[in-house]
Amino acid sequence: MTNLIEIKGVTHAYQTPNGPLPVLDNLNIAVPEGEFAAVVGPSGCGKSTLTRLIAGLMKPDTGEVWLHGERVKSPRKTVGMAFQNPVLLEWRSILDNVILPLEIVAPSMPRKQREARAEELLALVGLQGFESKRPSELSGGMRQRASLCRSIVHKPDVLIMDEPFGALDAFTREDLWQTMHALRASEPFTAVLITHDLRESVYLGDQVFVLSGRPARTQYVLDVHYPQAEGLRKLEGLYTPECAQMLATLREQIQIAQGRHPEQAVH
Amino acid sequence: MKTFQKIAVPIVAIALFLAVWEFLVWVNGWPNYVMASPSDLPEAYIRFWNLFVSGGWQTLWRTVAGLGLAVLFGTALGMVMGFSRVARDALYPLLVGFNAIPKATLVPVLALLFIGQHNFNTVLMAFLISFFPIAVSVGIGLSTLEPEYRDILRSLGASRFTIFRKIALPKTLPEFFGALKVSVTLAFIGTNLVEIISPHGRGLGALFLSGQTNSNYPLMFAVLIALAVLGIVLYYAVVALEKIFAGWAERPHG
Ligand SMILES: Nc1ncnc2c1ncn2[C@@H]1O[C@H](COP(=O)(O)OP(=O)(O)OP(=O)(O)O)[C@@H](O)[C@H]1O
Ligand SMILES: [Mg+2]
Repeated sequence: MTNLIEIKGVTHAYQTPNGPLPVLDNLNIAVPEGEFAAVVGPSGCGKSTLTRLIAGLMKPDTGEVWLHGERVKSPRKTVGMAFQNPVLLEWRSILDNVILPLEIVAPSMPRKQREARAEELLALVGLQGFESKRPSELSGGMRQRASLCRSIVHKPDVLIMDEPFGALDAFTREDLWQTMHALRASEPFTAVLITHDLRESVYLGDQVFVLSGRPARTQYVLDVHYPQAEGLRKLEGLYTPECAQMLATLREQIQIAQGRHPEQAVH
Repeated sequence: MKTFQKIAVPIVAIALFLAVWEFLVWVNGWPNYVMASPSDLPEAYIRFWNLFVSGGWQTLWRTVAGLGLAVLFGTALGMVMGFSRVARDALYPLLVGFNAIPKATLVPVLALLFIGQHNFNTVLMAFLISFFPIAVSVGIGLSTLEPEYRDILRSLGASRFTIFRKIALPKTLPEFFGALKVSVTLAFIGTNLVEIISPHGRGLGALFLSGQTNSNYPLMFAVLIALAVLGIVLYYAVVALEKIFAGWAERPHG
């Protein structure tokens, strides 16, 4: 299987009034086609910066980002992005919000077809009947669902999510995790999910990348062996010994990354 | 019931206001050269109706023309300031300084610059006095746009213009209309200022002036009321436009 997303030795620093602030340090991440990479790391270590680099919104100082065997130099239409805030446009209905990327990516697609596509996705995430509502009329979880629909409406190869469930309550979050698996089953995409929730990273990820504290390196990579033979992953799986073991490993790695662990990180 | 209330309450308030006014004039026994009473006004309106119509029209179109220019220029200036830090740093002090100048002092300056161009001077003043809030609100609206909003479309490779048209522009509309409500009142004041101060003015302001020179006090008060009515009409015209174009910004529950 080929790596659809490849981040090779990426180093990046922000220029600040107090001199350069190194954020990413020789970072390496590879995600095979169709897989889901979860990225965890201490707050402020450079995770959002990483998403902006993958999306081509910024160029790394050194190193390369490759998508689909092509070097990323600027934003591309085959990428979808979801943010921590749903950032829905208040003057558009939910349906029109979801359609927005199609207006850029497929300007010649007939209106009917766009609507059909958006309606299909909204139904998939349980938002049928809310198409004509304004974002302000929806709950936070519903808005985040709509935002997810918007990020994949144009059938991107690559979906980049920056803590999309971070601001939600635990129940809504678990609900959306399942929605995410349902979406994956019907929409093929390769995904990078930034998160600060270790259970989320194990439940959704095929691999979990633990980044070190700033400047971020790839400190640890966990291959997730989710206790589930076939079909969509079930939430109960999180409470098995296998998952407990994986979570313990991740927790330990995060503590090392935060510099709170007695032993030194191994790299 | 709701709409009835919406219309009835302001009408009752206005009627009450007129009643109190009439009462005060009557109780204090003010002669009409100190303070005309509402009952003096209908006569003034009937006698000078033609002048009210033509003057009102003059005042109205020149205010609207000045405001239109202010919208065009203010929006353009706001865009420049919103997109460029350098432009913002360069223009802001200039604008604040210009805005601080009492506009009455500009009337003679303009009159000398463009001698006899009364219409032009009036429109120019309405424009000069009213573009500032628009420029500032558009500038601030654009420069404070959260980067994530831009990134929604930028991550798809959309052009700057597309991002402006689909996101930045609609997002600043509520601020724009907030400023337009201030500007419409200012433009109206600007128009009247020139009409009253200019020696050979036109419009309602000039009618006020002629009331003064002829010691026709009821006429002066009638003009004031007419100005108030015109001001209300202009203001609510902007409110109506706001409802159409930025109604989404209104939260259903306050
Ligand atoms: N535009 C910028 N200019 C200068 N410094 C920045 C900029 N954006 C981020 N930084 C700094 O770079 C570091 C990494 O930021 P980033 O947002 O990538 O972290 P993060 O891992 O996403 O954090 P969090 O978990 O809190 O979301 C932070 O210390 C931040 O202050
Ligand atoms: Mg972040």
